[in-house]
Amino acid sequence: MLVRVLFFASFRDAAGREEEDRELPPGSRVSDLWSSLSRDIAPLSRFPVMPPAAVNREYVPAGTELHDGDEVAFLPAVAGG
Amino acid sequence: MYLTTGVLDLTGLFDEVRSTDGAVCVFVGVVRGESGGRETVAIEYEAYGPMAESEMARIAESLSRERPDVRVRVLHRVGRLAVGDASVAVVATAPHRDEAFAACRAAIEGIKTTVPIWKKEIRPDGTGEWVDATQG
Repeated sequence: MLVRVLFFASFRDAAGREEEDRELPPGSRVSDLWSSLSRDIAPLSRFPVMPPAAVNREYVPAGTELHDGDEVAFLPAVAGG
Repeated sequence: MYLTTGVLDLTGLFDEVRSTDGAVCVFVGVVRGESGGRETVAIEYEAYGPMAESEMARIAESLSRERPDVRVRVLHRVGRLAVGDASVAVVATAPHRDEAFAACRAAIEGIKTTVPIWKKEIRPDGTGEWVDATQG
């Protein structure tokens, strides 16, 4: 299955791109996607724990199962205001 | 609409929520010219637009659900802002000031905690630094 990954702020700088499509085995969870990304994008591997994640624009726990076509974003510490 | 690239229209926001309730509490966040002892000349705000919109709507709705006589309107600006520019506005109305102050406070704290917005402080030499609110 294919998911769309979005990168924002410091994560976009780290990844060098705003988004990508990533192929994952069926049944993959949000935490599996993070592992896959941090293997490929060195600066992300420095995070001791998975950052907050959103699937289809809603916060989700790390164990959430992904589906084909999902839009996933890992969110750097927010700093609005 | 909870995000804008334009100048925050505070009068317009006030008019949107104006009621005969009795109390209106307004909070406005403004770009500071200094951060941790270092000069800031501008801040670039970036949002995960659609999610930021829905999170801000959720914050406003949950405050009204807790207290049906409370109404909250929030608006956050994104893009490059100069020192002194208003970045965020919260307008809360309620029958009495205690509820209005509390709702206004809860809304801005919610925005800072869960809404996917980030800011990069721009230094006088043109370099920028993402702010990590969880550090320092």
